[in-house]
Amino acid sequence: MDMMNAIAQLIANSINSGTPLLLAGLGLLLNEKAGVLNLGAEGIMAMGAVAGFAAASGAANPEAGLLAGAVVGAASAWFFSWFVVYLNTNQYATGLALSLFGVGLSAFVGQAYVGMSLVKDAVNGIPWLNQTPFVGEALFKQHYVVYCAVVLAVVLNYWLDKTRSGLTLRAVGESPESAHALGTPVRRLRMVALMAGGALCGLAGAYLSVIYTPLWADGMIAGRGWIALSITIFATWRPLRAIGGAYLFGGSTMLAFFLQAIGVDVPAQIINMLPFVMVVVVLAAMSRNVEWLRVNMPASLGKPFKP
Amino acid sequence: MLKLETRNTPATRMQWVSPILALFLTVALGALLFALLGKPPVKALSMFFYEPIKSLYGLSELAVKAAPLILCALGLAICYRANVWNIGAEGQLLMGAVAAGGVAIAAPADAPRAYFVLVLLAGMAGGMVWAGLTAWLKDKFNANEILVSLMLTYVASNILIYLVFGPWRDPNGFNFPQSKVFEDVAMMPKLLQGTRIHWGFVLSLLAAGAAYVFVFRSYAGYQMQVGGLSPMAARYAGYSSRKALWGSLLTCGALAGLAGACEIAGPIGQLHTNVSPGYGFAAIIVAFVGRLHPITMILSAILMSMFYIGGELAQSRLGMPSAITGVFQGMLLFSLLVCDTFIHQKIVWKSSAKTASTLVLIPQKGA
Repeated sequence: MDMMNAIAQLIANSINSGTPLLLAGLGLLLNEKAGVLNLGAEGIMAMGAVAGFAAASGAANPEAGLLAGAVVGAASAWFFSWFVVYLNTNQYATGLALSLFGVGLSAFVGQAYVGMSLVKDAVNGIPWLNQTPFVGEALFKQHYVVYCAVVLAVVLNYWLDKTRSGLTLRAVGESPESAHALGTPVRRLRMVALMAGGALCGLAGAYLSVIYTPLWADGMIAGRGWIALSITIFATWRPLRAIGGAYLFGGSTMLAFFLQAIGVDVPAQIINMLPFVMVVVVLAAMSRNVEWLRVNMPASLGKPFKP
Repeated sequence: MLKLETRNTPATRMQWVSPILALFLTVALGALLFALLGKPPVKALSMFFYEPIKSLYGLSELAVKAAPLILCALGLAICYRANVWNIGAEGQLLMGAVAAGGVAIAAPADAPRAYFVLVLLAGMAGGMVWAGLTAWLKDKFNANEILVSLMLTYVASNILIYLVFGPWRDPNGFNFPQSKVFEDVAMMPKLLQGTRIHWGFVLSLLAAGAAYVFVFRSYAGYQMQVGGLSPMAARYAGYSSRKALWGSLLTCGALAGLAGACEIAGPIGQLHTNVSPGYGFAAIIVAFVGRLHPITMILSAILMSMFYIGGELAQSRLGMPSAITGVFQGMLLFSLLVCDTFIHQKIVWKSSAKTASTLVLIPQKGA
């Protein structure tokens, strides 16, 4: 029974820690479907996290924090889009600049909040279902953002596959020239997609600082932005597959607690490097089959477009 | 209205004016930032651009911090010229420090004075192994080198932390996470007494010279760059893209590993968790600002080193968080990217009516 409990906890924790990865991963997936690679995710998440924490502690309201994270994320993505979409700067270099700048700025702004922590709200999860033995503990005792993220993946999947506007966005990422010739405002759509993706990355950061931990610490994003980028590849740009990837990587960070719970002693640093080793292994395994990867990969990913 | 228009030929002068413009833009933005934070802008800026150069000690500190930046930036520039997007120089530096640290810890006190050469070589080997891992995963599995090299940076930093908390912790170190202080034979000789400047700076200058010869005067360097500029052309000419991938990454690994070795066998003298304040990441900016050119990267490395020292001074004297260095780094790269757009584009004044008519009159094919 104790073991079952530990496993239920592991699943619940994996889902919880995978949620920011899922949110950011979906945002980046949206960007990439529009043809833009955003290496600034790490920085956007950091800025979202600090903005979210500041707002949540200022307004004493976690929703205000989540909103602030999303707004700051969208604003920084707007800034990014101005560079890569309108000035056609190198997407890699610009994204790196955003990451370095965002991590630096968040540490700078967050100085005042180091050591503070928010009151952790009691999480009820879904009524009735959370009473189920094992399954309730594992799946239905989560913050509502967790479920929103899953719904978002489903909606995004439908939208990209089945609606006219979703297909238009994909056309912008596959062949911006053709989309332009058909009268699609390629640049504006890319900007909107970037802002939506940035909002999700910012929200993911705010979830970390407002709901998940809930505190602000320097470097608390700890590579999650980069893991989220790997999720888009893991998911081969399919939103539903991103769910699996996010929970898998989220779970690898949670394995430490599970191992401790069942009494296995492994050095903390070995555990800490596990998610990154796992990402590398998974990336290698996924990328091996080039044809398979290319099926859903936006053909013009990373290429600037001039009308 | 003002419009951006593509130049017929890229402006070569702008290539070199742009980094300087970017620097001024960064200074202006920095002053603005300080003013917004309620700090005296002139005084704060002097921490960055005057204090470090006003004394011999300051200058020597500038060189101490520039050395690892130059080494990493040289390696990265070679990668970028080969179109290999390695952003994991930080991890390669840390693994270099780990490997060099292992050799340095094992040093017997009565070893010959040249023992430190072994330490440096171990550092290069460590960095090469780490970079080689990225190359292998890219070559064999087609794994994205940006993400892999970055993930490996996190792995490397955890390996370092594990070692200094665990097996390599100094038994007499009051439980601090650090190794024992290295024997003198494991340390590089100092260049100037009374300062921390060491042979690493000289090595970095020599490496810059060698990189210059490799990039501009060697057939191998030429082949690699053709592959970077046009993979198709390189394939047609029979230049191997695999060779470019492995060559550039291993070179970068060796240089970054050397940087790590020089840090611990130079100014630091032991292994601890703060071997590098993000030199490997800052070197990305150094490489871009220095236009991927081995000689001008020395200048941009010195500039970046000013940012580091300025950040430390701003922290100790003005009570600002040292993260200001990261903010400056990001601002510099953003400014550079903006200024760089004028290499290929120019601002022109155009009435909107005329824009519309050209769109109709010029057929797509001819444009």
